[in-house]
Order: sequence, then C-alpha cells, then structure tokens
Amino acid sequence: MDKHLKKRGLAGKMAMFFTDRDALEPALVTLFAALFSLLAGVGLIFLVSKEPSQSVRNFLLGPFLRTYNIYYMMIAMVPLTFTGLALCIIYQSKHMSLIVDSSFYIGAVVATAIGVNLSLPAGVHPLVAMLAAGTVGGLIGLLPAILKIRWRANELVSSLMLNYVFYFVGSFVILYFLRDRNQTILSSLPFKQTFLLPRLVPNTQLHAGFIIAAAFVVLVSIFLYRTKWGFEIRLIGANQKFAAYAGLSVPTVILYSHFVSGFLGGVGGAIEMAGLYKAFIWQMNPSYAWDGVIVAMLARKNPKFVPLSAFFLAYMRVGADFMSRRGDVAFEFITLLQGMIILILASDKIVNYFKARRLKRTALATSSKSAVAAGGL
Amino acid sequence: MLDFIAGVFGSSNYWFIVVRSTAPILLVTLGAVITEQAGIKNMALEGSMLWAALVGVLASAATGSAWIGLLAGMAAGVAIALVLGIFALKLDANAVLVGVALNLLSTGGTVFTLFSITGDKGISSSLASKTLPVIRIPFLADVPWLGKVLSGQNFIIYVSIVAVIVVHVILNKMTIGRRIRATGENVDAARAAGIDPNRIKFFTLVVSGMLAGLAGCFLSMGYTSNFTSGISAGRGYVANAAQVVAGGTAVGSIFAALIFGITDAMATFLQNVGLPPELIQALPYAVTIVGFIVVTLIRDKREAARKLRLFSRGAGR
Repeated sequence: MDKHLKKRGLAGKMAMFFTDRDALEPALVTLFAALFSLLAGVGLIFLVSKEPSQSVRNFLLGPFLRTYNIYYMMIAMVPLTFTGLALCIIYQSKHMSLIVDSSFYIGAVVATAIGVNLSLPAGVHPLVAMLAAGTVGGLIGLLPAILKIRWRANELVSSLMLNYVFYFVGSFVILYFLRDRNQTILSSLPFKQTFLLPRLVPNTQLHAGFIIAAAFVVLVSIFLYRTKWGFEIRLIGANQKFAAYAGLSVPTVILYSHFVSGFLGGVGGAIEMAGLYKAFIWQMNPSYAWDGVIVAMLARKNPKFVPLSAFFLAYMRVGADFMSRRGDVAFEFITLLQGMIILILASDKIVNYFKARRLKRTALATSSKSAVAAGGL
Repeated sequence: MLDFIAGVFGSSNYWFIVVRSTAPILLVTLGAVITEQAGIKNMALEGSMLWAALVGVLASAATGSAWIGLLAGMAAGVAIALVLGIFALKLDANAVLVGVALNLLSTGGTVFTLFSITGDKGISSSLASKTLPVIRIPFLADVPWLGKVLSGQNFIIYVSIVAVIVVHVILNKMTIGRRIRATGENVDAARAAGIDPNRIKFFTLVVSGMLAGLAGCFLSMGYTSNFTSGISAGRGYVANAAQVVAGGTAVGSIFAALIFGITDAMATFLQNVGLPPELIQALPYAVTIVGFIVVTLIRDKREAARKLRLFSRGAGR
C-alpha cells in the first residue's frame, strides 16, 4: 500500500486520493447519492407533471439559465453553510441534536431585536448582532447537551421538542415586542440602515454574508482538524469510552461542541436577517437545520467540503423553486430527494459496499492460500 | 384567573377535550414503547402519522368509505415503519438518522402529494373525505358527568384504550413479549437463545406503524375532518419523550400521554383568558420535557437507593 508514502503538492495529493480506495469509494457513493436523488427527481416530475420535459429542464438547468438564479444559489448557500458546519461538529462527536434549528431561528430573533432597537455605527452594528445571536444560539445549543449529560435524555428527542418551544417563544417575542403594527402581514419594525450588510454586487441581493460564511468554513476546518478542542470532539466521536479512559472529560467536550454548533447557528440566523431582509418577515420557521443534516452528510462531516454540498443543495432548491413557479410541480418535492440522500448515506452497507466486497475477497484469498499451505505440510 | 382554572378543571367539556387530545399521543406513545422495548428507536413515528393522515383522507375520498381510508392509512403508517426497518436493520443505517430522513421526506412529501392531487398545498378540503364515526355508549352516556366525558367520543378513542390492553398483553403475557424484552436487553443473548432479533424488531415496527397509522387517521378523519400540512405537529416526537416518561410500559403510557393531553387541552381554554397563544402552544412541549426530567430524576433516585441497599447488605455480611 503506497498510501503511507506522503506525496507532496496538489498533483501528489490528487494521485494519493485516487489510489486510496478507502477515501475514493465513499466519495463516489456520495456522488452517486447526489446524482441518484436528481434522477429520482426527474422520475417524480414525469410522474406528476403535465409538461414534464419543460419542468425537468427548469429543475436541472434553470439555476444556470438566468444570471439572477446564480446569485440566488450563492445567497441560498449562506444559511446552508452555517447549519451544515454546525451539524458537522455535532456529527463528528457522534451526537444527533437538531437544536441548531432553534439556534438559527432565535439567532434571527435576537438579531432583529438588535437591528431594530440599537443605534450603532455601520459595520459594528451587524457584528454586535452576530456576536449576540451567536452567544444566545450557543446557550440554546447547550440545553440538549445538559439534558443528555445530567438526565441521559436522548439529545435528538429533546432537541426536537425544544425546537417547538423556541419556535413559539421566538414568534411570541416578535409579535409582542418587535411587531410593526402598521403592517397587515406579520412583520417586525424595520431594521436600522446601519444594521444591513453591504451588497457584494450592486443590484443583486448577494451580500457580505457570503464572504463571512466562507471565512467560517476555514475557521471551523481549523477548529476541527488543527486544534486540541477539535481533536477531542473527533475523539469522543470515534470512541467515547476510549476518550474517557484517555482522561478526557467527555461531558465538557459534549458541552462545548454543542455550544460551538449553536453559536454557528445563531450567527447564521443573524446574517440571514442583516443580509437579506429589511425586517423580520418569516411567517414560519425556515428550518435550515434539516437541510444542514444533508449538507453535513454530503460533506462527509468534513467542513472543507461543506461549500460544495451547500452549493449542491442550493442548486436543488433554486432549481425546484424556479420549476415550481413556472409549472405544476410543488417545491416540496425536493424534501423527498433530500430524504433519499440521507437514507443512502446513512446506510453503512451501501457506503461501505465496495470496501466490504474487497475485504471479503482478500479474506477469501488469504484463507485459501493458508489452506494450500496447510495442505502442503 | 384561579377561579377560571378551577372552573375549567371541573367542566366535563374540558375533560372531553383532554380525552380527545390524549388519544393520538397515547397511540403513538404505545408505538414508541413497543419498539423501544425491542431495542430499536422508531424516530419515524411522525412520518408514519403524516402519511397515514394523508392516505386515510385520500383513500376515504376515493372509495367513499372511512373504514377503507383507515385501513389504507394504517398500511401507510406500517410502510414507513418498514422502510425504517429495512434501512436500519438490513442496511446497517443509524436508526435515528433514518428517522430524521423519513420525517423530512414525509413533511414535504405529503404536501407534494396533496398538491399533485388537489392543487392545494395547505388543506385537503376540496376532497370529499369521510370521518370515522362518533360512538355513543349506552348506559354510560346517561351517567351525569362521566357520560359527557367518555361517551360520544370518536371510534379511535375507544380503539386507543383497547390498544393499551393489547400492547400490555403482548409485552407481559405472551411469549413474543418476552422475546421482545430479551432482544431489547441484549441482542447477543437473545440470538444465543434462538431468537431472531431482526424478526422481533420488524414485528414491533409493524405494530408501531399500525398504532401511528391509527393516530394519524384520527387526526385527519376525527379530530379534524381534513388533512392539513404538518397535521401531526410533532406528536411523533413527543411520543419518543413520552415513552421515557411511561417507563416503557403500556399502562404508564396513559399517564405520559395524559400530561400532554391535559396541557394541550388547557391551551385551548387558556386562549380565552387572553394569555398569548404562542406561549400556550409551546406549553405541551415544554411540559413533556419537564415530565421527562422529573421521571428520570425519580428513577435515578430509586436506582441509587437500590444500589445503596445492595451494597450496604454486602458490607454487613
């Protein structure tokens, strides 16, 4: 096996990747899952649409046919990147909490309160909102972790329950403290001008949040793979008992991994507000955490690949949106495809199919060899 | 305020709603109990309920029979549970993650299906779907207060009481129940004893799918008379918490479900006092978490006391 020989440079790394079958095969299965979901989408469109070829064209090519759709994809990548990164951290520690959903939503609410009420200079204003939203999001993220450590509550169950609680509390805060009573639809008071993030390209909605998201991809990569804390998170994910025997305080690691993940969710919510809107106008929870699950799984829990999988998901969303506006297929059909992606990628037997086959073959080969050797004696 | 609450608790009308709100939770909680006893977490109960609610409405509208709707809905609930089983047991997927996937797929998938058939995303009111009958129990209906609470409820309410008994009998009085608990306790030991753990787990999944199917059909064909998007409102998730509160028993499920039912029904009444509806809507979920914590605290304390007794006896010798 030449995989232990370190090769230098990008070409060397690529060569290593393509010869290292343990790395290559799961990547191929991931790619297969993504393509399979698109194919299944085409099948579904043919099943329900009256003009399927037009709808398929809009779904698959729509995102690239219009310039504004390309910007939409970039905008859509921002929240998906944040929830994706947050869930990468949670999944690396082998936990399942979906509390990021609350962190994101409440983060947006906190940012709204700051964007509406505080008067700060431009530049500082969104920064303060992000920090505050991140802190609150992180604290919310701690709740399922505490429930898990103190009362052994399954973190997924408790986080789903808390998501309902926080959603209702969040909309209560908007309705009773921040509502603009002059609007007929539910809307908060307008944000101060200083709160809004600058636009990257004039006359589009592409905002500076895109760059902040990119920066966070780098930060979280470094955090997970280059710091002691990230190492500890990955260690308890690989083997919690071993980590405990090695002297790690497992509860501490669970706590700060949940805090960081909630922090990312909160910041994501704040950026969504400051970047995209003039007031809080969500009539329901956009639930980006569920998309974050898919982003994290497609990225194989590695923050490095989050932009790629966030792009894929944004492509699916924009395509489905474009198609549903111009045809008779409902936007919600992508959740069917997203569910399929998780199902495929969650199945160890599918992801490790080639590896298992290879191991079986080598095992059979060695056993027959040793049988020959035994016969020779 | 206090007078108002006391008045509410005394009224037969309130308890009628409590029973109505409790029954669907009770059914799914039983489903969560039986799979958990076999050592598999069915996080897809929410998905089972959603599909059952939709398929029940569609099938009853197509055939004109609420009963065929109910059967079709239950079949849909079972189908989702089986998909979970196939991925978790045959393809070695993490059961919880499969549950997350199935719930995501069901939330959007039911809306997609409804839209593709009726052109409406929110509600199925354009379909002439049927509702399950209300049953008036002779004699009981004439008992002054109790009759108003317990009689004249939907058919499924009475089914949910039967379901408690059935699940109790399955778990405690039948061979399969011992096998279920053996599998949940220790898969290897069960296998060594000649039990096929996967078959047991599939069996419990089918039962939980049926129960979630009943609950789902009740929501769209009894509790309300339409399918609306997200109709299950997290009851499938609540069931997984309530299962812990129930202590893994069928009878305990009644109390666990009642906690939710009482607060859920309270919410309907408290809105009349002028409390903000958002906070009231959050109440049932919050109370479920609190109930969950209280029960674990009691259990831990008991466990600690038991250990202390064991050890002190050992030291005394």
